[in-house]
Amino acid sequence: MTSDTIMIPFYQALTEDVNALAAPQDSLQELRRSALQRFSATGLPTLKTEAWRFTNIQRFLKEYPYELTSTPATTTAAVANEASIPGLDAYRIVLVNGHLQADLSSIPEGKGIRIGAMSASTDAPGFAKWFNQHAQVNGEPLADLNTALFGDGLFIELQANVSIDKPIHLVHVYTSDRHAFIQPRHLWVLQRGAAATVIESTVHPKQEAVAFSNSVTEVVVADNAELWHYNVQQGAENFRQVNTTAAQQERDSRYHHFNITLPNTPFTRNNLSVVLHGSNTETNLKGIYLATGNQHVDNYTFMNHLVPNCNSNEHYKGVLLDNANAVFTGRIHVHQEAQKTNAFQQNNNILIGDKATINSQPQLEIYADDVKCSHGFTAGQFSDDALFYLRARAIGEEAAKALLVNAFTHDVTDEIAVPALQDYIQGQIEAIMNN
Amino acid sequence: MLTIKNLHAEVEGKKILKGINLEIPKGEIHAIMGPNGSGKSSLASVLAGRDNYTVTEGEVWFNGKNLLEMSPEDRAREGVFLAFQYPVEIPGVSNINFLKTAVNEVRTYKGLPPLEAKEFLKLTKEKQQLVDFNTNLMNRSLNEGFSGGEKKRNEIFQLAMLNPSLAILDETDSGLDIDALRIVSNGVNKLRDAEKSFVVITHYQRLLEYIVPDFVHVLYNGRIIKTGTKELALELEEKGYDWLKEAEHQKESV
Repeated sequence: MTSDTIMIPFYQALTEDVNALAAPQDSLQELRRSALQRFSATGLPTLKTEAWRFTNIQRFLKEYPYELTSTPATTTAAVANEASIPGLDAYRIVLVNGHLQADLSSIPEGKGIRIGAMSASTDAPGFAKWFNQHAQVNGEPLADLNTALFGDGLFIELQANVSIDKPIHLVHVYTSDRHAFIQPRHLWVLQRGAAATVIESTVHPKQEAVAFSNSVTEVVVADNAELWHYNVQQGAENFRQVNTTAAQQERDSRYHHFNITLPNTPFTRNNLSVVLHGSNTETNLKGIYLATGNQHVDNYTFMNHLVPNCNSNEHYKGVLLDNANAVFTGRIHVHQEAQKTNAFQQNNNILIGDKATINSQPQLEIYADDVKCSHGFTAGQFSDDALFYLRARAIGEEAAKALLVNAFTHDVTDEIAVPALQDYIQGQIEAIMNN
Repeated sequence: MLTIKNLHAEVEGKKILKGINLEIPKGEIHAIMGPNGSGKSSLASVLAGRDNYTVTEGEVWFNGKNLLEMSPEDRAREGVFLAFQYPVEIPGVSNINFLKTAVNEVRTYKGLPPLEAKEFLKLTKEKQQLVDFNTNLMNRSLNEGFSGGEKKRNEIFQLAMLNPSLAILDETDSGLDIDALRIVSNGVNKLRDAEKSFVVITHYQRLLEYIVPDFVHVLYNGRIIKTGTKELALELEEKGYDWLKEAEHQKESV
């Protein structure tokens, strides 16, 4: 362990006295302890860690004296309403630092639907079977840290063939009067033939203190089930985040994940991994990162094809202004058994800021011989011809750029299946560009 | 309406326009012809404000305002319209959104409220018919996958929607078959009125059979070397440009 690591405030507490930590006293003590031991053995990632080559997380952890906390907090309706998406008809569920706030939430009910706090769901069948079962959670330092010390989060289990009639709008509020390291943990299980749409938003009340979130979401999409999962990261200056989403798909299932990162969170790392356990699946991983100022946005994605006849399609588009810095990693592993795999990946970027940078790395490991896999990367600037054409039609320079950025991101936004959300995202992109 | 005085411009250090003088009064159609590389399209680009051209000398006045001091968007808002020789394809920007934005930018500039959705649709329908523009193309991405003729028709449709006082048509006829040419020309003729002026840049006399100009100017080597009426175009069609070029070179050597 380097001396650098020791300077991170709560890290010292971790290594000195494991038992004195703020982990909730729940039925998961065994799991928590072994996760903590793994974390202590590996330590935090450094620039020498392959998956973190372009992101120095320790620098961001050292910025403020974060305190590990899992103390529940509450918020007001006015704050939660900041996440409202005009025209969206959805069940809103509000989590404050990961803790469910029931009085601001409308939780869908019905036969075969179980939705509630993780802390109240450890007896659910889906919990026992799936919690912490994803390979990419077990062994990843930050995910292990989360397992060891997570506070609470949202549990969803839909029994076979149950579908929810409206999207769930999951509003994460991060608030603290002291610099806090917050670790929410979620598990969503869609049993055979179940279907749901989850839209995640974040709200950051104005405050001096900075919140650093290290969240883990485990997703299970069983046979022939379908999940539309939108993560809208509208950040704030007083927020930092590591988001780990680990999905597993069984046969004939569909998982559509959208990750949309907008200003102004200075540090964002999204770990997204999907492991395919059953054949004939469809996976769409779509992303937009629109970053300004000194934002650092790192998307690490991992498509793990274990079995034959699966299709994955990944498309991330970046728009980088000012000094923004982005990293994209697209790891695709096609195992020897996974014949007839279709795995496609695209990462396109517009660099607008003079000092904006992108580091993009496809990592394809293909051990099957009858597959179709491709990857592509582009980085460019606005087309002068297109810009002039729009300006010659009376459209001001800023508005023209906003139109062009929306045009650039349209092949991702067009795929958003909730019209109100699609309008909202396009409107946000336009508003950011017009500023 | 438009006064060009001794206009010199260059691109990447190369002199392209070498002293253009031109006066275009309200309601007139002026054709600009000339051989390849004479500076016709450059003149159009300079008037519209493309920034890779540097104006080194001269003035351009448009309705009493100094055009060269304005951004491209302000020129358009003041009523200058350039129909592009090569309209740009912009995937992801729908034709209809683009038009709505453009029309409302002009209205805002003039202190008018933006058009209501209903009014906008009405205007669109009316102008679409005027220039025979296919409704199916409206919801497509701007010019994406349009045929050459469709792109040119879209330019004329935009012209109709924005209703400028000065329209510069930059080789709108090039690459069009006779049917498309007729449709485009009809559109222009329907838009003609006493308040509107046109600068029609063309390589071919053929267009001028459909859009009949008041004056024809010949541009050569960055200067207007001859001005005449529509008969001049016929003469050029018959004799080519060589006789004019020779006369010009003789003048230079004297």
